Amino acid sequence: MIKFSNIKAKINSFLIEIGELSFFTARFFRESIKRPFEFKELLRQCYNMGNRSLLLVGITGFIIGLVLTLQTRPTLMEFGAVSWMPSMVSISIVREIGPIITALVCAGRIGSGIGAELGSMRVTEQIDAMEVSGTNPFKYLVVTRVLAVTLMLPLLVIIGDVIAIFGSYLVENVKGNVSFMLYFNQVFDALEFGDVVPATIKSFFFGLAIGIVGCFKGYNCEKGTEGVGKAANSAVVFTSLLLFIIDFIAVFVTDIFYDL
Amino acid sequence: MTKHNNIPKRNIVLELKDLHKSFGDNHVLNGFNLQLFQGESLVIMGKSGSGKSVMIKCLVGLLEADSGTISVMHNDITKLDQEALDILRADIGFLFQGSALYDSMTVRENLEFPLRRHTKKFGEHIDTEAMVLEALENVGLASAIDLMPSELSGGMKRRVALARTLILQPKIILYDEPTSGLDPITAKEIIILMQDIQKKYGTSSLIITHDVDCARVISDRMILLIDGIDYAVGNYSELSTSTDPKIKAFFKH
Repeated sequence: MIKFSNIKAKINSFLIEIGELSFFTARFFRESIKRPFEFKELLRQCYNMGNRSLLLVGITGFIIGLVLTLQTRPTLMEFGAVSWMPSMVSISIVREIGPIITALVCAGRIGSGIGAELGSMRVTEQIDAMEVSGTNPFKYLVVTRVLAVTLMLPLLVIIGDVIAIFGSYLVENVKGNVSFMLYFNQVFDALEFGDVVPATIKSFFFGLAIGIVGCFKGYNCEKGTEGVGKAANSAVVFTSLLLFIIDFIAVFVTDIFYDL
Repeated sequence: MTKHNNIPKRNIVLELKDLHKSFGDNHVLNGFNLQLFQGESLVIMGKSGSGKSVMIKCLVGLLEADSGTISVMHNDITKLDQEALDILRADIGFLFQGSALYDSMTVRENLEFPLRRHTKKFGEHIDTEAMVLEALENVGLASAIDLMPSELSGGMKRRVALARTLILQPKIILYDEPTSGLDPITAKEIIILMQDIQKKYGTSSLIITHDVDCARVISDRMILLIDGIDYAVGNYSELSTSTDPKIKAFFKH
């Protein structure tokens, strides 16, 4: 039988964690506008995160493009609407599938990496050593990583979208003998600023969520190797949940703007 | 309880008065007092979990004490703002128990890292390369300059960590279990190194250990931390011949 006190304790600890995460986020914004700025470390993190995730995002995007086209093609053929494929694929990828899939992949790749790295630094007292040496570890480790993932995710989303649409074109080329020019003309005809801009803005928030949660979990890691594993794991779980919530809010807000 | 008040009047560089620190219901420090004099080696001994590391972390502002005064070179660190605390930290070296080398950086970068925030202390045009080399030569590891921490043995890591501590030319060095986890020969080498550094730079040392041999060799004075207080203060020979059962327990082999 589930005890009421257990549920109460779990809700309590969840709310405490949300509170701590809010303070952590507020501290991030406060510290990110304060001098000194760690540009060199920010660039290093941007390179690391962008470069290391590129292949994974590319492969995922390519497969998504292939699968989406292969799965949708029979249905569109039934209705004689196969010519709508480029429009359908591009809008669905740019608006929704591209950002959310890329963000989920990066939550697994970058979020867990940040959680494990900072967790291990916390456990081995490297963060304390940094603080004792007069460097603000929050600024050096957290601000640079959160900013890097916030800046890199929209770029990765755009690259992922392009590769996914290219994957879709390959299927259409093989199955329907559609030329490159024709396919991409239809893609660009279908896409509007109203599709690209909200998706890009949404990607910034996805990146922010991945960075903040990964850093929060790692920076506040409990002692021991078990703590590092827990930090990496919970960073991915919590971020994935948060991504869907942000996505829902973003779609809701975008919808309001479309109606205006 | 052995308490010594016949310490010669010297310049106090570090002082803790009535320090209290609790974690929930766990009262770790219950009014701990300490005075470290210039050029002195003071050893703090206590059982595992007695609050030695908590005390040393309160001392550098890594943990906030519940109450009490922490004075480092006549600055009450509980009242300093972050900027002033960071400047003061340049005069306090801290050797961590597990070395705490930044594992994503080479030995050179590990040593350069503390310098980046303390250019004021050494001037804008510091010769970083020369300082790094000098610090590494002091610990006999100049050849390891381009290695990663993962390529070093436990003893080498401790030496590099000591070099990183020395690079800021601190006036006080805090050692958290400097010989723990090392074989007896390497531990002895580290102790000799600590003595050499103290002689060469005239630093004051606060050493946390439960290695009796280390305490015997290196200490000018010792404090036994028992039940969260400075239970006994004295030199090695005084404490090791004490009849108090709580003190005797530390010196049984």
